[in-house]
Amino acid sequence: MVDESTRKTLSNIPLLQTKAGPRDKDLWIQRLKEEYQSLIKYVQNNKEADNDWFRLESNKEGTRWFGKCWFIHNLLKYEFDIEFDIPVTYPHTAPEIALPELDGKTAKMYRGGKICLSDHFKPLWARNVPRFGLSHAMALGLGPWLAVEVPDLINRGAITYREKQVENAS
Amino acid sequence: MATVEELKAKIVQLEMKLEAAQQKGPKRHKIDVMSSEVVDSNPYSRLMALKRMGIVDNYENIRNFTVAVVGVGGVGSVTAEMLTRCGIGRLLLFDYDKVELANMNRLFFQPHQAGLSKVAAAAETLRDINPDVDIKTYNYNITTVDNFQNFMDTISTESLIGGQVDLLLSCVDNFEARYAINTACNELNQCWIESGVSENAVSGHIQLVIPGETACFACAPPLVVASNIDEKTLKKDGVCAASLPTTMGVIAGLLVQNTLKYLLKFGQTSNYLGYSALTDFFPTMRLKPNPVCNDNYCKIRQKEFEARPKVIELVKEEEDEKPLHEDNDWGISLVDESANEPEAKTQMVDGISLEYSLSNDNDVPKSSKTAQDDVNLEDLIAQMKSI
Repeated sequence: MVDESTRKTLSNIPLLQTKAGPRDKDLWIQRLKEEYQSLIKYVQNNKEADNDWFRLESNKEGTRWFGKCWFIHNLLKYEFDIEFDIPVTYPHTAPEIALPELDGKTAKMYRGGKICLSDHFKPLWARNVPRFGLSHAMALGLGPWLAVEVPDLINRGAITYREKQVENAS
Repeated sequence: MATVEELKAKIVQLEMKLEAAQQKGPKRHKIDVMSSEVVDSNPYSRLMALKRMGIVDNYENIRNFTVAVVGVGGVGSVTAEMLTRCGIGRLLLFDYDKVELANMNRLFFQPHQAGLSKVAAAAETLRDINPDVDIKTYNYNITTVDNFQNFMDTISTESLIGGQVDLLLSCVDNFEARYAINTACNELNQCWIESGVSENAVSGHIQLVIPGETACFACAPPLVVASNIDEKTLKKDGVCAASLPTTMGVIAGLLVQNTLKYLLKFGQTSNYLGYSALTDFFPTMRLKPNPVCNDNYCKIRQKEFEARPKVIELVKEEEDEKPLHEDNDWGISLVDESANEPEAKTQMVDGISLEYSLSNDNDVPKSSKTAQDDVNLEDLIAQMKSI
């Protein structure tokens, strides 16, 4: 189900422990700390492997997240904004990651630019509650989606390379 | 450039058009009491005839009920229309989406409504169809932290008598929203019916959830979302979700039928009813709540249900069946071979299988330590920003 390189990436992302959602007050703070620690480690891993591909930050309650991800295709860097809310039922349900600017450009998306995760990611997530966190959602949800969709979007001419993107990203 | 005369003529033309558009024919007025009088002008005569036919004792009671419909899409809009035509007392409509032309393969919405919020567009049409129904609209996403409390408050106070709604119907199209509804309904002890149509548009189901008494949405792993497939096959041709007006209409019909039976207490209310379009197969079953359900309120409701005295359903005594074969000269008997079989998987009705089973929580790797108490959240946020 998961290929070898993904398995390796996955084994280096710290798992989480606290089963708590945004309605759980103090426990949620604990969960949020774990989320940040896991994300920081994952981004550091990516940097070390020369595969840095996203940044995320949240509001202070940790309920709304936003950031950027980028994808290299034929030596050109394409960058997209990320945004999502933490649902009240988190972590039983995964966040619905959205790339708003791609809304309407691919069929593998729900309204508002929410990427389609139902087949490749949600069963995995459900089996790993509460150990998976946002870093896992990035590695197993958004990562594979970008790898499949972005080259296709480029080939179909649905997105084109923009010079400015590189300046913003660097 | 057009001359003044030309423009004046144009104005006259448009005014006539406007007048014609405003006169949409006679509007139906509110009716105080449902009558069973059989005349062409009575919109309730065929419904009240259900009493004469001996199907429903108390049809006019439908006006006392409040039903919340969450999700006003392919299934929800048709559900709302059916309830409106049935003369339900009050309808609460929840949805945050807008009508799009891509929705036109489904029923109810019309092209000229594109761009309007689904709840506003639906309310307008429904009030036209039956002004007796009190329709309230809520245009927000129930799964976010900000809106969830308002959703819970609305469900628990917006019935016709200022209390909890009589039934909530889930017509949403995603797992997250279903889980949010389930959480709210377990907390509020609110009966609801879940409905769904599969992403390939050829199967669907309805499921009655009475907290503590029947399985909630978190009790059993969902039967639809999951399928273990290779990442390489992720790239499916075409769209993420297909939809057919037929399947959605069937499911909406089953949903409202069950709603009417539940509210007006006639016939048998189904606990679970599936629909497989390709084989025209309708599995039914009863789902018991899971004693180790993930939802804490579900477990509380289960305990409450256990503590309540049970209503013993009267079962017709069946006559003692005579042995199939009166004589058995050869001493033939059936041997139970099932003992040798490996432990059976969770028993499901024919045609339904679990897509995955939950792993045991005990095999959590203990090595993975993350948060210590001495770290500060602000520091972590700052650290993440500075990477």
